[in-house]
This record gives sequence, structure tokens and C-alpha cells, in this order.
Amino acid sequence: MFGLDAVELARAQFAFTVTFHIIFPAFSIGLASYLAVLEALWLWTGRDVYLNVFNYWLKIFAIAFGMGVVSGIVMSYQFGTNWSVYSDKVGPVIGPLMAYEVLTAFFLEAGFLGVMLFGLKRVGPKLHFLATLMVAIGTLISAFWILSANSWMQTPAGYAVNAEGQFVSVDWLKVIFNPSFPYRLVHMVLAAYLTTSLVVGAVGAWHLLRNPHLPGPRVMFSMAMWMAALVAPLQILAGDQHGLNTLEHQPVKIMAMEGHFESHKDGAPLYLFGWPDQAEGKLKWALGIPKFGSLILKHQIDAPMAGLDTIPRKDWPPVPITFWSFRIMVGLGMLMLALGLFSLWERWRGRLYINRGLHRFAIAMGPAGFIAVMAGWITTETGRQPFTVYGLLRTADSVSPLAAPAVGASLLAFIIVYFIIFAAGVLYILRLMAEPPHAGEPGPSSAQPVRTAGITPAAGVVQGAVGS
Amino acid sequence: MSVAVDLATLWAFIIALAVFIYVVMDGFDLGLGILFPLFPGKQDRDVITNTVAPVWDGNETWLVLGGGGLMAAFPLAYSILMPALYAPLIAMLVGLIFRGVAFEFRWRTRAQRNLWDIAFTGGSWVAALAQGIALGAILQGVHVEGRHYAGGWWDWLTPFSLLTGVSLVVGYALLGATWLILKTEGDLRDRAYRISWVLLFAMLLAIAAVSLATPLLTNQYAHRWFRLPTVIFAAPVPLAVVGVTVLMMKNLAQKHDVWPFVLALALFFLSYAGLGISIYPYVVPQSVTIWQAAAPERSQLLMLPGVLVLVPLILGYTGWAYWVFRGKVGHDAGYH
Ligand code: HDD
Ligand code: HEM
Ligand code: HEM
Repeated sequence: MFGLDAVELARAQFAFTVTFHIIFPAFSIGLASYLAVLEALWLWTGRDVYLNVFNYWLKIFAIAFGMGVVSGIVMSYQFGTNWSVYSDKVGPVIGPLMAYEVLTAFFLEAGFLGVMLFGLKRVGPKLHFLATLMVAIGTLISAFWILSANSWMQTPAGYAVNAEGQFVSVDWLKVIFNPSFPYRLVHMVLAAYLTTSLVVGAVGAWHLLRNPHLPGPRVMFSMAMWMAALVAPLQILAGDQHGLNTLEHQPVKIMAMEGHFESHKDGAPLYLFGWPDQAEGKLKWALGIPKFGSLILKHQIDAPMAGLDTIPRKDWPPVPITFWSFRIMVGLGMLMLALGLFSLWERWRGRLYINRGLHRFAIAMGPAGFIAVMAGWITTETGRQPFTVYGLLRTADSVSPLAAPAVGASLLAFIIVYFIIFAAGVLYILRLMAEPPHAGEPGPSSAQPVRTAGITPAAGVVQGAVGS
Repeated sequence: MSVAVDLATLWAFIIALAVFIYVVMDGFDLGLGILFPLFPGKQDRDVITNTVAPVWDGNETWLVLGGGGLMAAFPLAYSILMPALYAPLIAMLVGLIFRGVAFEFRWRTRAQRNLWDIAFTGGSWVAALAQGIALGAILQGVHVEGRHYAGGWWDWLTPFSLLTGVSLVVGYALLGATWLILKTEGDLRDRAYRISWVLLFAMLLAIAAVSLATPLLTNQYAHRWFRLPTVIFAAPVPLAVVGVTVLMMKNLAQKHDVWPFVLALALFFLSYAGLGISIYPYVVPQSVTIWQAAAPERSQLLMLPGVLVLVPLILGYTGWAYWVFRGKVGHDAGYH
């Protein structure tokens, strides 16, 4: 199909379906924690505005979570359908990690989700809070296991190879806590929190532009801006440390990210822009700061750095994709930092809820987290090519013995189905976001009359009383 | 028998259990989707989806455990069966996507609600049919060379696999109808009784057809069912099916609330046990046994405590969630 062979089609399918999938975890990990915080604040202060904001985001969460679930199931079966050789060889190591993800995370999320969405009236606020907490914890446990599995493929450790050519574990602790795992876990969880705070902030800002006195949007915007201001710098720090770890374990990926085709004996430049030409092995129109690359990566201005010219071409990752996606992520990270600092400044001046420039900036940054997350994963995964298990198992040797038309047809099916689902889901979410949270905001049960009496301690309190 | 041998059998049992739990739990909510066209009224449909809205995600998670567990415990089987079942599996995934998002989407739009109801029905039909076809395809055996699937990508399509596909649709519909008896009241429940009668007979027909066709597939299956000593284990199964059917007819006639559902579960259990008798000890029938496919001992051992501790825990809190939403769902249930 389109002149592509089965391997390329399988890669395209994996890239497409996982990039689609990660949009929803990135949002639901952050949103689940945010909902838990909102409910805790409501239980603690008894202020209605928190319950309203909680119910408002709960409806959006239900949609996003559902889309995360259905796209996730596709992922777990795709290992077998498209990457069967990989599954046979790597299954004994990462299979158990994913099985633990199911047992400790997916069941926890799914088991308590029903109560979280529909059960407030049936179980009362305390037990309901427990359910919300369990769902939030479940999303974090899920991130733990799946990132451990992915990190093992990036930086394999604690394994041996048996007579059948399968990877087997020698030391499970080393497998789970492989060298890049802690960095990846921190970076991804922070990314999820940032992504969510930017979405919440954008929705808050959108309604504040229309009416700066609405209590719900004020709460959202203030909380989101605190989060962005705190987490954006942390994320940049974490990303820097992550990069140092990658330099140690996957130096070729760093060469691709930095556009270092040639080696530098005394101090490598930090290229800001340029046009990587994979065929010629050159970074054209390069614009860089001399010696800065060595300073950032080796913390020493004259440190020598090897380039892709020291690596056989057949082991090169696709440089342009890695180079550009990395720059998109870092650039957006800097903008997020700028937004956080701007909000701190305006908060200090008491103009957080009225500065329209800040609100417009926040709205523009609403989707930035998703784009940065996708760009980050594309850097990570493309930079690891041409291997599925870094340095050990080639992508071309991982694929199922399938004919290109079979893989092509299923790829086409997923593309069509995902676009329909995505368009509808995003439309419904945006429609919910277009309304501000109202007093007595119903939960995901809006189609039926909701009887809130009896659980809202302050039912009937006028919302306008809630100040900044 | 070494430790590894026992481990493989234990794991085969665990995965069979996960798949069984999946089949009956997601079976009844897929069954609701299958029956949707018989309930065109908006109110009825709201009630029907509300009976499973809080629990369907948990039901579907057993499918992830079945698939993921197979990859972890029997990676070779996973890597042979998944490509062999390529088309039905992709169809199943697409079906599950549509019916999964329809649960939420149908509440979020007035204009397109009908479209999402169609997605709910179509997704349920496709997923159920694909699962049944996959089952039939596994039973009839797949072409293996070395450690790989070596057949074509239409090999799964035979009259036998179509028969199992349709049979599973019928079975899921029966589970769905008896679930409705359990969870609804009034006119809706009356219709569910009538539908259950029809489906019970359809299900018996399906069981009979599959039971007759299976021994014709290979000698192994025939020997299991018609020769000593295995016939001693096999013979009670058809007898029990007859017993359960009689009980079910009695309870349907007396308009009992709970028993029809329980007995439908029992029918599934018996059919499933029959399958187990036919297949054991193969995971890929006729080619790969559970011992050949078993993951290295260390992998199976790592997961064992997890399963033994966590599965009871999971059953515990899942049971709690069902308990929270117990009782009849009326038109004004108020939780959606
Ligand atoms: C950093 C987090 C993260 C990453 C990298 C992935 N996922 Fe995911 N996944 C989640 C975080 C998550 C989650 C937050 O736990 C989800 C999102 C919404 C949800 O229901 O749970 C989820 C849902 C989800 C489900 C549905 C679970 C259910 O039935 O409730 C499956 C089967 C997978 N995922 C499988 C995968 C596979 C095979 C991946 C890799 C290729 C993957 N996920 C990447
Ligand atoms: C969730 C975020 C992720 C994204 C956005 C992502 C992105 C990608 C992309 C773009 C590719 C194609 C690379 C190429 O062919 O050039 C790929 C391949 C792949 N990824 Fe990831 N990935 C993610 C997570 C994971 C995880 C968690 C795992 C495993 C546990 C994983 C395993 C694989 C495998 C097996 C392939 C196919 C072989 C290959 O092409 O390397 N990915 N992914
Ligand atoms: C601005 C400073 C940032 C730096 C220096 C940085 C650094 C890095 C590096 C080096 C990697 C690749 C690691 C590897 O493959 O071994 C990476 C991956 C990633 N980044 Fe960033 N990052 C930054 C900002 C962000 C932001 C703002 C987000 C999202 C909100 C983000 C999300 C991700 C994700 C999801 C991945 C893939 C998962 C992983 O490997 O951790 N990053 N980042």
C-alpha cells in the first residue's frame, strides 16, 4: 500500500494509534488528580464552588477517560497482531510488567470509575472521595508500569537471552527500575499535570474574558496558574536531567536530537535551528551557539563530543524527525514557563482575573501540553530507531509475518475510525467547555433530574459570595 | 512433573478463568447492544444503558487481562494466535471502540443520539461476532511453522467459525435479556421475558450444532468425547445442559427475577467447560501445548503472587461496585 512494506506500515500503525492514545492519558492522569484535589477542597471547606467545578470537569473526564480506554485496548492487542516476533522475544520481560499494570491499575481505575461518575448520591461524600482517590491513584500506577516497560526497551537491564532467543529476566528489580525509568516517570507525570493545568487554565481564561466575576472560572484559573508556575520550571529541570541520562545510555539519540552529524573535539555547539539532511549527513543552515552544547550536556565548555560520523549509517535514527520534535517540545516548555511567570507577576499585582492579555495567552497555550507530549514521545521513540529493544532487537526483526495489504487495511480502518471518534469526542468536550460551571452544576447525570439535596452541605448558598 | 509443568497448567487455568469472566461479564453488556434494535424507545434505551453504565469498563478490563496475561505467560501462543486471528481481532477492536464511546457520547448530543445508538448496536454485534469467529478459528487449528504463524490472513474464515460466531451472538443476547429481567421492571421486563424464551431455544440449537461439528474437526476432539476414559468427564456436560435448560424454562414460566440470569451463566459455564475438555492441553490446538508455549519460569513466578493476591481483591471491589448499583433501574433512576 502506497509503496510501503509491512514493516513500515506496522510502524505507521503503531505510531498513529499510540500517539492518539497518549493524548487521553496525558489529560486523564492530570485531571483525575485535579478532581481529587477539588473534591478534597469541597469536603474540607464546604464551599459549593468546588463541587460545581468538580462536577463540571467530571463530565469532561468521563468522555476523555472513555476514549483513553478504547484506544488503550487497541494498543495492548497490537503487540500481538503487528509485532508478534517482538512479543515472542520480549514478552517474558515486559509481559509481566503489563500484566501488573492491568492487575494494579486498570482494574482499580475501572472498578471505582462507576462510583466516581454516578455514585455520589448512593455512597455519600466520604466513600465517594475514596473512589475518586482510587481512580487518581490508578492512573499514576498505570503510568508507573507502562513507563517501566517502555524504559526497559530504551535502556534494557537485568536480562539474559535464552536458547529460544527470548529475553528473560535475571533480576526483576533491575528490569523494573532500569536506568532511564525514574527520569521518564517523573518527566511524563509532570507532563500530564502541565497538560491538564493548561487546559483548565484556558477554559477558565475563556470565561473570565467574558465575565471576570464568575466564581467557578476564577477558581479554575487561579489553581491552574499556580500549577503551571510551579511545574513548568520543574519540568525543564527534569527534562535536563533526562537528557543527561539519555546521553549516558543512548548517545546516538542525543546526536540526532542535537543535530550533531560531525564530531567536535573541543566543545560542541548548541544548534538552535538548522535543516538536518539525513542523506548528506549534514546540518544545513545551522544556527548555533559555539561550545554551548558541551556546556549543557557535559557541564564543561571544551568537552569533546562524538557525532553521528562515528556511528554506522544503518544504526542512524531518522534525524530530521528527532531534531524537530525535540525543538517543538523544548520551545513549548519555554512558553509554558513564560506563562507561569507572567501569571505570578499579575497575581502579585492583583490583576490575575482582569488582565486580558494574560487570559488570551493562557487560551492560546491550552493545547500546548498535548503537542509537547506528542513531540516528546516522538523524540523518544524515533530517536531509538532502528531498534525496538535498544541495541539488541531491530525493528525490522520484530514485526509479524504479515502481508502488507493486511496491515495497510487495518491501518486505514483505524485512521477512519479514530478520526470519527476524535472529532465527535472533541466536539462534545468543547461544547461542555463553552458553558461556565453553574450553581448546582449536575454531574455526568445531566440527562435526568438530579437530586442534590442532602449531600451539598451548603445547598442554596448563593454562589456569588465566593470571592477571590 | 517439574515445577515448571505445574506452573504452566496453573497459568492456563488462570487465563482460562480471566477469559471466562470476560465472556460472561462483557457478554451481558454486549448482549444489551445486540438487543438494542428490539427496544427502539428512547426511555427504554436510557434505562438499558444505565443498567451497565457504571460497570462496563470493569467488565471489559478482563479482556485486557486475558490478552495481556497470554502475552506474559504464554508469549509464543500470543505471537502465533494474534496474527492468525488478525482480521477478526481488528474488527473486534473497532467494534469495542464504537460501543465503548457510545456509552458517553449518546448522552452528550441530542441531534446525533440515534447515530451513537447505531454505533452501540453495530459495535456490539461486530465485537460479539468477531469473538465467536476467533474462537472457532482457534478450535479448528492454525498453520504453524517453527515459532511463527504460517497461514494466510483469511484462514480463519470457514463455515465452522461462522457457526461459532453466530452462536456467541445468540449466547450474549441471552445473557443480555436475562440481565434485563434482573435489572428492570414493568413493560421492559415483560418484553425481556419473551425475548429470553426465544433466545433460550436458539442457544440450545447453537450448542447442539457446535457440539456436533466440533468432533468432526479432528480425531482428538472426537476421542475426547466418545472414548474412555475422557468420556467420563465429558458425558456429564451435555446432561447438565439439559438439566439447566429445564430449570430455566421453569423459572421463565414463573417469572422469576434472578434465576434466569444465573442459569444463563451456568449454560455458558458448561459450554466453556466443554471447550476446555476438547482443547486441553493445547493453547494453539493441534500445534502448541501449554508447556511449549510457557514463558520462562521466572516470568510466570513473578506474576503468581500478584494474581493470587490481587484477583480476589479485584473481585472484592468489583463486587462492591455492583452492590452500590444494585436493584432495579427505573426510568427515573437519576444516575445518568
Ligand atoms: C503515561 C501513561 C500511559 C502510557 C505511556 C500508555 N498508557 Fe494506556 N492508559 C493510561 C496510561 C498510559 C491510563 C491513564 O491509565 C489510561 C488512560 C485512560 C484510561 O482509562 O486509563 C490508559 C488506558 C489503557 C488501556 C485501557 C484500560 C482499561 O480497560 O481500563 C489499555 C489496555 C492501555 N492503556 C494499554 C496501553 C499500552 C499497550 C500502551 C503502550 C504502548 C499504553 N497504554 C501507553
Ligand atoms: C504513549 C506514548 C508513546 C508514543 C507517542 C510513542 C510513539 C511511537 C512512535 C512515533 C513510534 C514509531 C517510531 C518509528 O517507527 O519511527 C513508536 C514505535 C514503537 N513504540 Fe512507542 N510511543 C509511546 C509509548 C510506547 C510504549 C509505552 C511502548 C511499550 C511499552 C512503546 C513501544 C513501541 C513499539 C514496540 C514500537 C514499534 C516498533 C518501532 O517502530 O520502534 N511505545 N512509538
Ligand atoms: C523545556 C525543557 C525540556 C527538556 C530539556 C526536555 C527534555 C526531554 C528529553 C531529553 C527527552 C527524551 C528522553 C529520551 O528519549 O531518552 C524528553 C522526552 C519527553 N518530553 Fe521533554 N523536555 C522538556 C520539556 C517538556 C515539556 C514541557 C513536556 C510536556 C508538557 C515534555 C514531555 C515529554 C514527553 C511526554 C517525553 C517522552 C517520554 C520520556 O521519554 O520521558 N517535555 N524530554
